Amino acid sequence: MATYDGLFRTLGLEDWCARGDPAETSAAPQSMRDLLAQTRGEDPEAGIPLWDTPFPSLDALHESCAAIPQSRELTRGLEQGFLDIRHVLKAGLDPVTQPLSVALRNALWLFQETPWWLMIPLLALLVLGVARSVKLAVFVVATIAFLAFIDLYDEAMQTLSIIFVCAAICVAFGVPIGILMSRSDAMERGTIPILDMLQTLPPFVYLIPLIFLFSVTEPKLYGIAIILYAIVPVIRLTNLGIRLVDKEVIEAADAFGMTRRQKLWGVQVPLALPNIMAGVNQTIMMSLAMVVIASLVSAPGLGVLVLRGIRNLELGVGLVAGLGIVLLAVILDRVTKAALARVDKSTAARQ
Amino acid sequence: MSDTAETKIALRGLYKIFGAHPEEVLPLVRDEGMGKADLLEKHGHVLGLRDINIEMQAGKITVIMGLSGSGKSTLIRHLNRLFEPTAGEILVDGEDVMKYGEQDLRRLRRERMSMVFQKFALMPHRTVLENAGLAQSVRGAERKTLEAEATRWLDRVGLEGVGHQYPAQLSGGMQQRVGLARALAANSDIMLMDEAFSALDPLIRTDMQTLLLDLQAELSKTVVFITHDLDEALRLADHLVILKDGAIVQQGEPQHILLHPNDPYIVDFVSDINRARVLRVRSVMKKGAERENPTGVVDAEDTLESVIARSEGDTDAVYRVERDGKPVGVLEMRDLVRALVPMRPAEDTGEAGTAPLRAAM
Repeated sequence: MATYDGLFRTLGLEDWCARGDPAETSAAPQSMRDLLAQTRGEDPEAGIPLWDTPFPSLDALHESCAAIPQSRELTRGLEQGFLDIRHVLKAGLDPVTQPLSVALRNALWLFQETPWWLMIPLLALLVLGVARSVKLAVFVVATIAFLAFIDLYDEAMQTLSIIFVCAAICVAFGVPIGILMSRSDAMERGTIPILDMLQTLPPFVYLIPLIFLFSVTEPKLYGIAIILYAIVPVIRLTNLGIRLVDKEVIEAADAFGMTRRQKLWGVQVPLALPNIMAGVNQTIMMSLAMVVIASLVSAPGLGVLVLRGIRNLELGVGLVAGLGIVLLAVILDRVTKAALARVDKSTAARQ
Repeated sequence: MSDTAETKIALRGLYKIFGAHPEEVLPLVRDEGMGKADLLEKHGHVLGLRDINIEMQAGKITVIMGLSGSGKSTLIRHLNRLFEPTAGEILVDGEDVMKYGEQDLRRLRRERMSMVFQKFALMPHRTVLENAGLAQSVRGAERKTLEAEATRWLDRVGLEGVGHQYPAQLSGGMQQRVGLARALAANSDIMLMDEAFSALDPLIRTDMQTLLLDLQAELSKTVVFITHDLDEALRLADHLVILKDGAIVQQGEPQHILLHPNDPYIVDFVSDINRARVLRVRSVMKKGAERENPTGVVDAEDTLESVIARSEGDTDAVYRVERDGKPVGVLEMRDLVRALVPMRPAEDTGEAGTAPLRAAM
């Protein structure tokens, strides 16, 4: 007998309960506790001591009253609901996100097909262009050469190409969203809870519905997961940066009759640039964090080796791949920070 | 102030109330005369401006003076509608600015009014030259015109050869010269100056006042100047408006206000002033009078200080007052000495033709 039988009896709901599932309301012992009580010769009707009274959860109530659903009905219902709308979602999302798959495939192809003796100088040139630091370019070349030397070059390039694509998309969408947020308080109030949720949801949770929606063979599966996770800082800091622009300067812009567009591109965005760059740095670092987790859903790169290390207990492989990820993180961080410092310095000279 | 000057900007019955529902509490202030403290306590609204009526003459400097919180910065921001009034009319060149749509308002700000700010408000990411050419670039002028115009005005305010620098590399005084050049380069008739010199050192402030007066002699713009400094107000003003708690206490010709303050608040205000240096002969002379054998001849625009120096303290001296070589009156030293002592608030004596509007306290 279950704990809350008495409750339903007092409330006179026995008939309603019985309509649930007659098979489950049989007198047969249901739980281990009941069985134990029976073997000990205790009378199950004597009731359960107060100390052991279970919380009146769905499952506990279900034991007394079959009309009340069990907790597993809830999860099953969610699942069924999601599966029911899956086709609609898929039909809508598939074409929209297709360019992401194309971009990721092409980036992967490009980074892997370009021979190393062309790729490494190109990356060095990129660092020189962004950070204007020879020292940093040398450091980047040395790091990649080291990764190549221990035969992690291909994996590192795969990881890097995914980050390039995803971070670029994050900036392309995040900056405009941040600008919109900075212009409308309603938009800010509406967006911040979503950003909070994206930031606090465990990264693995993104993957679950995505697996149902898209085929595991499609790169956009992990692309979307990475973008959702990494886009938050660039949105937040763009919004913040624009809101922090000196009110007096904005007033002067208004007093001289600037249009909203002139104000945005001529005053607000240039003055918010240091903050926006800090957001880009954060976004790139978070892309790297997620690209490792995304190897669970077939994202290629260093994460795959880490996963192999865990799955096959290949300690050495996992550790070396982990080191590779750390090195990638260091060069990405250094380069974006150097670019940020360059922006900061050119604004600091003016303030 | 000449009687023939045309009115450039007119404010009629201007009210500004800050808060959630300004229209609802407006009748309380306008019709029932509720005060600032009561309004804040009982209705949670802040009274910014109350029944402001000012006629600003074309080509003259109108100075609006008041202590902090008196509403003077709020007032100037209504002229180009950076703030929207709760009630009242704002007429510029006879047109009601309140009826302007977005386009017209932008044209007003771009072409007819320019503004100088207390904290300079220069664009930190643009060079001095680009800052000075702001009005031109906003209008979409070509780079060449922009640079020519900006350079011309930078040179005029005494900033040759700093065009390529950034504002942060300049001192405060130089930054405000850039601010002034920026406003001048707009080539607008009207210049709004919100405590433009308040953030500067006293010496530099005096320099800037001199610069402004020189420019004014040359350009005759309609200047609206906000300040909390009475010395500055008296030096610059053709027309002086004194604000307290968002309402006008007295307005008129500065010399007249000094000699005939109509409110204890203004008496307090003017008591610390060096009157001999501020008051001019024309304000204390007997108009049109003639006298045989004057001690000497003084100009109507001379300060009393210079007359005292000339008389060597002789209180019996009598001077003939001339303007442009023609006699216009007589100055007795006894009147001069009397004028040096601050007066109690008096009813307006009705002279000089600039009857001050006595605002409700």
